Amino acid sequence: MIDDDVCNRVLTAALRTGGEWAEIFAEDRRSTGAVLDDGRVEELSSGRDRGAGVRVVVGETTGFAHTADLSEAGLLAAADAAAAAARGGGAGVRAVEVARRGAPVAEVVGTYPEDVPKGTKVELLRQADAAARSAGGAITQVMARYGDSRRRILVANSDGLLATDDQVRTMFAVSAVADGDTGMQTGYESAGRTAGFELFDEHRVEDIAQHAAQRALTKLSARPAPSGELPVVIGKGGGGVLFHEACGHGLEADLVAKAASVFRDRRGQQVASDVVTLIDDGTVSGEWGWFGIDDEGAPAQRNVLIEDGVLVDYMWDYLRARKEGRSSTGNGRRQTYRHLPMVRMTNTYLTNGTTAPDDIVAATDHGVFVAHLGGGQVNTATGDFVFGMSEAYLIEDGRITDPLREGNLIGNGPEVLLGIDLLGDDFAMGGPGTCGKDGQGVPVGDGVPTLRVAKLTVGGTAA
Amino acid sequence: MSDLADLAGRLVAQAGSDEHLEAYVARSRETHVRAYEGEVESLTAADAAGAGIRVVRDGRQGFAWAASLDADVLAEALAEARDNATFAEPDEWQGLAEPDGHPVASLDLHHPGVRSLPTDAKVDLALAVERAVRAADPRIVGIESAEYVDDDVEVAIASTAGVAATASESACYLAVYALAEDGDDLQTGFGFSVGRDPSSLDPQAAGADAAARATRLLGATKPSTARTTVVLDPWVTAQLLEVIAATLDGESVLKGRSLFAERLGEGVASPLLTLLDDPTESDAFGATTIDAEGLATRRNVLIGDGVLRGFVDNAYTGRRRGVPSTGSAVRAGFRSTPGVGTMAVRLVPGARSQAELVAEVASGVLISEVSGLHSGVNPVSGDFSTGAEGLRIRGGEVAEPIREFTIASTLQRLLLDVQAVGADVEWLPMGAAGVSLVIDDVTVSGA
Repeated sequence: MIDDDVCNRVLTAALRTGGEWAEIFAEDRRSTGAVLDDGRVEELSSGRDRGAGVRVVVGETTGFAHTADLSEAGLLAAADAAAAAARGGGAGVRAVEVARRGAPVAEVVGTYPEDVPKGTKVELLRQADAAARSAGGAITQVMARYGDSRRRILVANSDGLLATDDQVRTMFAVSAVADGDTGMQTGYESAGRTAGFELFDEHRVEDIAQHAAQRALTKLSARPAPSGELPVVIGKGGGGVLFHEACGHGLEADLVAKAASVFRDRRGQQVASDVVTLIDDGTVSGEWGWFGIDDEGAPAQRNVLIEDGVLVDYMWDYLRARKEGRSSTGNGRRQTYRHLPMVRMTNTYLTNGTTAPDDIVAATDHGVFVAHLGGGQVNTATGDFVFGMSEAYLIEDGRITDPLREGNLIGNGPEVLLGIDLLGDDFAMGGPGTCGKDGQGVPVGDGVPTLRVAKLTVGGTAA
Repeated sequence: MSDLADLAGRLVAQAGSDEHLEAYVARSRETHVRAYEGEVESLTAADAAGAGIRVVRDGRQGFAWAASLDADVLAEALAEARDNATFAEPDEWQGLAEPDGHPVASLDLHHPGVRSLPTDAKVDLALAVERAVRAADPRIVGIESAEYVDDDVEVAIASTAGVAATASESACYLAVYALAEDGDDLQTGFGFSVGRDPSSLDPQAAGADAAARATRLLGATKPSTARTTVVLDPWVTAQLLEVIAATLDGESVLKGRSLFAERLGEGVASPLLTLLDDPTESDAFGATTIDAEGLATRRNVLIGDGVLRGFVDNAYTGRRRGVPSTGSAVRAGFRSTPGVGTMAVRLVPGARSQAELVAEVASGVLISEVSGLHSGVNPVSGDFSTGAEGLRIRGGEVAEPIREFTIASTLQRLLLDVQAVGADVEWLPMGAAGVSLVIDDVTVSGA
């Protein structure tokens, strides 16, 4: 994307006004998206996003500029703008010499989506539409989306690093509407991998579609969710959103450094029930949050965050790690070259427990079983977080019974982590997610075995 | 600006005789300053430009975009858009917007200050808002972020249907997120100031607001579960209005995803509610003179005195529903095709202040913040459940803070259960303006 010599000259220029450290992040991303809605393929769109962001650090200040012009002149202009923004005091020449590093690259792609005819992609949408509608006469609307992207990145910095990656992602999602006596209900299901078109060897689009349709149909007979504190059993797989919100964000070093996390100063302490071991792992091959290098050039890593309930470490990016005199954990990520990197999660998951999932439900007299979660949000300073239940059931006398209407659950991270009293032995990863922070979205994965939280507040309307 | 219009025109001129072509060309300049502990934490300055090209041929639409205005890149995008069109299914309603002669509002949306103010002065604004929040109260122990953001956007839209429109807008805001501490208790609060010119921003007010929001929650406890009256802060009402507005567009109606599809002319809300989408109100953050297809924006009445009066449409949804476009095509920049939606919704205000509204509530909750609107509110079924924090109302007065609870109802019932609309209109950096709202019979789930 950019020659080594050009990197050297641009980085040298970026440091000319007294910068202590400089970085070029270049990106070339091609994407395809196709949408079927209302029984019709509405649109096939293609995009190309190519450019670079230059960062210059002086003391506590980061100057940043980006450009869509990858020529040497364009990059030098961005370097000048970033250097001016960082307002370094000094002057002088510090030549930079980058060396390409053999970074592991996420390139184990079976079939590159760009080699698949557009007609084949569109046909998947039609298959999904037919499958969802065949799930029941009450299905009144179906939307299916196909997306693929290939993102080539290059990171070069004044420490001499030069690393590249080539990230291919493919996803498919279906949302269905069912209409009944009690109004309309919706169901959603998706699949996505950091992989090519071989995604569909593993996930049949008919199955994705029927799953979405079934969720909508089930909810036609749903009753209002209860309101108040109850034991909550979270199903395997997508239940990982719980940890993403309950503690994941609170373990990001940028928030910790600003004392904006309820988990600040807690390393070495018991922060969760001792069945909890939580890992953030950018190396899980094929998962949605997998990559070779992060967006600062650091190799993906497997990081143990909580081990047997004890807080081991936070997640780090380059800037926070530099301040602490340690190395990054490979968690510096950004949405595009137009964004500054921040500490972000990758694939965040809980390791297996020992209890059979059926026994967890059977041990619960009266509670809620959440089979599918619908995203969430956290205030990291207070630890209060919510997550949505997009498929949930009542548990009565140790059995899963009536489906429930949608709503949020609310809890406090540190309390919920300590309140996990049963952990299943059926670990699974969930579907592809997009994590938002400060207006930037990045692909993340999560996973859990079935588990029980002794007490969470269910935000329904029923008594 | 004229160069963008020229470029859009040149792209349109490449249309073949058997195809319709629309070019949406945009250029923006942004500055983003983050302050922390009296220093600049980061400063971003950048120009960006790009184009989205839509081709319609035989009722098939294809689209491609590129984040560049270079001729070779745009040529590739045009070829991709043509190719993509061959894979869409024919749709008799597909097509570009036809000029409708609606007069373009004369709005003062572009101020030179965003471009002319030196970066140092923008940095000073970000530093000032941090100082203001720290000085506002001794219990403020820090900030999570303090930022100055501005954006200066020019857009040109041209098409073979005869559209040739341009618009330029500037916007800037200060936002600060404060941390207040008392013993072990840590609470957060935000404050902001919005304008079209940096000279209109007020760091003192934004800082004081953030400090007040954070400190008033100190000592908050979890309430018990109950059904009660809630008073929504303008900031919360604005978020609710965005959710409701998303059910009132022509696409949701056409595709059977709107709760209100069959209810035109019926009472769907309290008679106290009149809901407008008015991008021609220049105080609104979403104000704009043209929509994303180049038609003039206009004031649309969605709900009038509680009766559902209309939906918003773009050219496609209007044509298919047999109604004119309401100038409500929207898009997320040049990277997307035009969708349909509201831009600047607001309620016609009532006559009383928030304090006067609270004074009439014997027992209830003032909701100052909600969370999880994307996960607990379903605009198709109408189920509504969000996390919340706020202050107890006892005997007509604001009392102790509460947190870690949810409020739940349905969108249908919330609209009907409105008891009063405040006079306190707040223009916020989002697609809706806020005003205090009193709503009966909402479930508060807590301990």
